Amino acid sequence: MGTNYHHETFPWKHIVGFILSLVLTFAALWIAFSSGLATKAILTGIVVLAVLQAVLQLFMFMHVTESDSGKIQTINMAYSFFIAIVVVAGSIWTMAFVL
Amino acid sequence: MAEAAHHYDETMPLEYRTEESRLNILGFWIFLGAEVALFATLFATYLVLFQRTGHGPTTADLFEIKDVMIETLLLLTSSFTCGLAVFEMRRRRLTGLLVWLLVTLLLGAGFITFEVREFIHYVHEGATMQTSAFLSSFFVLVGTHGAHVSLGIGWMTLIIIQLLQRGFTPRTARKVFIVSLYWHFLDVVWIFIFTLVYLTGMVM
Repeated sequence: MGTNYHHETFPWKHIVGFILSLVLTFAALWIAFSSGLATKAILTGIVVLAVLQAVLQLFMFMHVTESDSGKIQTINMAYSFFIAIVVVAGSIWTMAFVL
Repeated sequence: MAEAAHHYDETMPLEYRTEESRLNILGFWIFLGAEVALFATLFATYLVLFQRTGHGPTTADLFEIKDVMIETLLLLTSSFTCGLAVFEMRRRRLTGLLVWLLVTLLLGAGFITFEVREFIHYVHEGATMQTSAFLSSFFVLVGTHGAHVSLGIGWMTLIIIQLLQRGFTPRTARKVFIVSLYWHFLDVVWIFIFTLVYLTGMVM
């Protein structure tokens, strides 16, 4: 069964998650303004960092896999991200022919 | 769910103790999935239109990295303190829970204050919802997120009041847990606004 609750005495997971989020945020800032990369590479880099940070929040702070319905919750969120990618990338791709 | 007979279990956190609470939490996850789809449509609209600035200002004219970073760090830290609130709840420390919820509220209020100031600043520069397709979609996307945060502040305030009145019960614990999911989710949305709206707008 999927139950996996944490009974730590110190919130290590939250602190590590917070520090990693800060690192990812400032890494995105650095890539955007100081890396000197081409625009396309910058955009790819910062989007990858954003996705990583979103996943981090889901697992470290929201405990998406926790409880007996952890599997359903994880599939639900994965599917919603899939829909988001289809809607966003699909719109940009379609409108690239119009504009 | 069927295989494990979930009766009352001492090792289980308080918010998972009743069948109703477990279903409420699962239902809230499904709601969050729908919220992802909602924000996806707003992001799609924005990303298609953000270079259609007409005679109005462009993203590069408007956005200031310092203000954006302040908002980002306020919300990111509030997501962390909200996590600490649930951590304290699971250790059955009511004072700790209330303190971290209050800190989360204050950080959230700080975020909203900065965002409102940002919007007022834009309007004073002549960048309103009516100025261009870019600004219409910008205010709708970022404004919808801001409205969610404002709603979250009101919701969390009500739950703090219930906690003060009733203390720890399976019901109040479940409410705290669900509002914490909502709050973390708003930070997830903000990560993408930070990246796809502000950073992208300043790079391109």
